[in-house]
Amino acid sequence: MARPATIRVQRELFDAAAEAATLSGERTDVGAIVTFIGLCRDEGGRLSRLNLEHYPGMAEAEIGRVADEALARWPLLGLTIVHRHGPIRPGEPIVLVLTASSHRAAAFEAAEFLMDYLKSNAPFWKKEVLAEGFEGGWVGAKEEDEDALTRW
Amino acid sequence: MKVEEEEEEVKALYFAWVRERIGKAEEELAPPPDIATVGDMIAWLKTRGEEYAYAFENSRSIRAAIDRTHVKHDSPISGAREIAFFPPMTGG
Repeated sequence: MARPATIRVQRELFDAAAEAATLSGERTDVGAIVTFIGLCRDEGGRLSRLNLEHYPGMAEAEIGRVADEALARWPLLGLTIVHRHGPIRPGEPIVLVLTASSHRAAAFEAAEFLMDYLKSNAPFWKKEVLAEGFEGGWVGAKEEDEDALTRW
Repeated sequence: MKVEEEEEEVKALYFAWVRERIGKAEEELAPPPDIATVGDMIAWLKTRGEEYAYAFENSRSIRAAIDRTHVKHDSPISGAREIAFFPPMTGG
């Protein structure tokens, strides 16, 4: 039986290593944990920070639906998703996806599936604040991100 | 307030540039009875003022959720307590 997913939406930084240790815990059947960390780029020095807006309540619910789908499709022993909101500076993490399984293929595939869905279906919106202090505007959704969903 | 009126009220939520263009994050609305779908609701909202017309000028780029679940523009809104309108998402 897959254990339930751990899902959090928070302003604070997260500790990926600590989350991975919690995910495997005392279990001895986990053979692989894939860790994906999405970071804020500075876009060649142009970006001062991102402001991540989200839809409280729906963000957790939608990530939960995608997590349930991953648990149904791959033999996962657990998964953890942490998504930040609020101001995020270049170099800081934005999102953490951890997938645990007995063998690596399921963990790799599920992590990629989860990230593809979070990109296009999780209700978060990134606004760029430029280094000079000018407002940079909203980051546009990429068509290839929605196209990426068709492979699943 | 009459009970029937209360039942027809729905909370509208706006995010990202939809919120900025309209100038508010949420409001209680009572759409007319002939507003049946999300698409109808968007067309009706566009008539509510310049800021709404601007926010919904390209309705194909507007995504919607009813009671925190993604829906298409042809989805019915009857029974909805909360309808959110927002641009394509940029999570992850």
